[in-house]
Amino acid sequence: MKYADEFRDKEIALGLAKAIRAEAHPEKPYRFMEFCGGHTHAISRYGLEDMLPKNVRMIHGPGCPVCVLPAGRIDMAIRLSERPDIILCVYGDLMRVPGSQGASLLKAKARGADIRMVYSTIDAVRIAEENPGREVVFFAIGFETTTPPTAVMIRMAEKKRLGNFSVFCNHVLTPPAMQNILESPDIRNIGRVEIDGFVGPAHVSTIIGTAPYEFFAEEFGKPVVISGFEPLDMMQAILMLLRQVNEHRHEVENQYSRAVTRDGNLRAKEEVSDIFELRDQFEWRGLGQVPYSGLKLKRAYAKYDAEIRFDMNELRVDDNPACECGAILRGVKKPVDCKLFGTVCTPETPMGSCMVSSEGACAAHWTYGRFRDHQQRRAS
Amino acid sequence: MKVYQRKLDIKNGCVDLTHGSGGRAMAQLISGLFHEAFGNEWLARGNDQSAFEVGAGRMVMTTDGYVVSPLFFPGGNIGSLAVHGTVNDIAMAGAKPLYLSASFIIEEGFRFADLKMIAESMGQAARDAGVHIITGDTKVVERGKADGLFISTAGVGVVPDGLDLSAENARVGDRVLISGTLGDHGVAIMSRRQNLAFETEVISDSASLNDLVASMVEVGGRGIRLMRDPTRGGLAATLNEIAQQSDLGFRLQEEAIPVKPGVAAACELLGLDPLHVANEGKLVAIVAPEVANTVLAAMRAHPLGRDAADIGEAVADDHHFVQMATSFGGGRIVDWLSGEQLPRIC
Repeated sequence: MKYADEFRDKEIALGLAKAIRAEAHPEKPYRFMEFCGGHTHAISRYGLEDMLPKNVRMIHGPGCPVCVLPAGRIDMAIRLSERPDIILCVYGDLMRVPGSQGASLLKAKARGADIRMVYSTIDAVRIAEENPGREVVFFAIGFETTTPPTAVMIRMAEKKRLGNFSVFCNHVLTPPAMQNILESPDIRNIGRVEIDGFVGPAHVSTIIGTAPYEFFAEEFGKPVVISGFEPLDMMQAILMLLRQVNEHRHEVENQYSRAVTRDGNLRAKEEVSDIFELRDQFEWRGLGQVPYSGLKLKRAYAKYDAEIRFDMNELRVDDNPACECGAILRGVKKPVDCKLFGTVCTPETPMGSCMVSSEGACAAHWTYGRFRDHQQRRAS
Repeated sequence: MKVYQRKLDIKNGCVDLTHGSGGRAMAQLISGLFHEAFGNEWLARGNDQSAFEVGAGRMVMTTDGYVVSPLFFPGGNIGSLAVHGTVNDIAMAGAKPLYLSASFIIEEGFRFADLKMIAESMGQAARDAGVHIITGDTKVVERGKADGLFISTAGVGVVPDGLDLSAENARVGDRVLISGTLGDHGVAIMSRRQNLAFETEVISDSASLNDLVASMVEVGGRGIRLMRDPTRGGLAATLNEIAQQSDLGFRLQEEAIPVKPGVAAACELLGLDPLHVANEGKLVAIVAPEVANTVLAAMRAHPLGRDAADIGEAVADDHHFVQMATSFGGGRIVDWLSGEQLPRIC
């Protein structure tokens, strides 16, 4: 596959693995958090852990938009979908995300709700055009990468004068979540876990650029390397982080320079800031309320805001008390430290956020990496 | 004497409720369309069942339902798929498939022209595989009660003497052979789903594998422990299933697993793993190491096994993991597919 295989080359990978081994001081632990679910998936899918020295540990961050969507928001969508006049358009990976008491959009659909899986925001606009007698709501989720397509869709609806189209907005922002993790007591005060650096987002950074991370590098003294999602990107980014740590630098470096610039995509940022504004706070599954981390539609676009249009009540659902997702997302615990992991919580019946999507830390470990737990147990 | 007043208007006509009501219209549909397409001595006798001679040895029987959407896809349609799928289920026992049944649940309004095309594909697929469709049934349901057409089949075949393919035969050190590229059927179907408007040249691999199986059995004999066709859930599901049933694990080499570039690209775009995508003309065989090369050569000499490959081995593993050395250099599990990836793929 052209333009993909080049970034999965085994020979280059072996060369990078060698360089990483040479750079990492054997006695020193290195803990890097990859923020994005895309990175977590690449690490697990390509078996990167096997190619890193034992003292270089990757901590899987909260960067999977499906995973961090709180159960209350799913319940709100389910409740909305039960109205007979509604067609709810969602991305397929949202269908199985658990709401409260085992509810999901998939189950709501089976009970008769008109929920349609779409692959693009344009599909949702088309469905609205084809069903003028129904209310079509797009369940918008995602980080900075998926927000511009939602903005474009609202522009399209405006242009086509669609009176039956609206958005249930759940877009969230990366930098506030990173800040929340670094400011959590586990990390800042107790020092229970150290994060020595961040593998910065790939696609998100194509939109927002590298500049927003400069604050972290400076304020928290942590190196950030923006990395692409291909396995060679990851290996190179890890090497760059090791070098920064060893040289006592904490800068923002850009491994993904083929797609990311310092300022990002100005046009996309402009569209987003025209249509959306910050919420005071937004709940993240696993992290709780994070200030200024979510977006909503501006008042001028209120008629496209499903929460206002259908007078949707905010629903809050507590996570299972035994679930360790919050600690796992901050790197304080590993999936195997959670007693729900692999027992009642599996990809088939996810309890916590990390098991929900294949990009979540627990699901990735369960699906691709759990054989290592048994290997380690045998070895010890 | 003419039995029917007017011929079926295949070009413009469509199925209505009278075609399932047991009256003259139904008899006309069956004889004018299905008998015509399947043409054999058993159907010609017009009985409610068909009698056939039972040979010596063990027989196998299978049943299957087909609800694929869309009904027509690159490389086949629901009719050819129904024959291929049923024949393959029989062939995976190493058996020679002999007779099939086919029952049709048709939604009123279904076009005769489409039904004829589907029936003719079935007839052709049956002739190609050397099997006969010797009994059938037709039901018509109201508009909206079935999505065009559902087909269910049964099939019987006979197992050669001394052959008993089953998962419990697998042993540590056995080789894992697959007959060709993975994921073709699933991606071909997806390319035709109305909400996935991407162009791809991938065509379904839907095919009857009984001839390929016969040539494998001829050289491999009892060295072939078992065979499966990796349909829904793909190779991953099939190997996990075998691992549990045989109380073993598997270790695969990703580099050895053939995937067409178009399939790989489509999977990349959709976030799918080709190892989870359905096949309808591929088999996986677990074979004793001493016959692996001979069986593989026989597969490669057959038109349906040209891309056959040895992709790994059976290992001792209490956890029944299917592990894979990735082509990048690390290791991972090849797990069951979780959830529904592609509904109504066959």
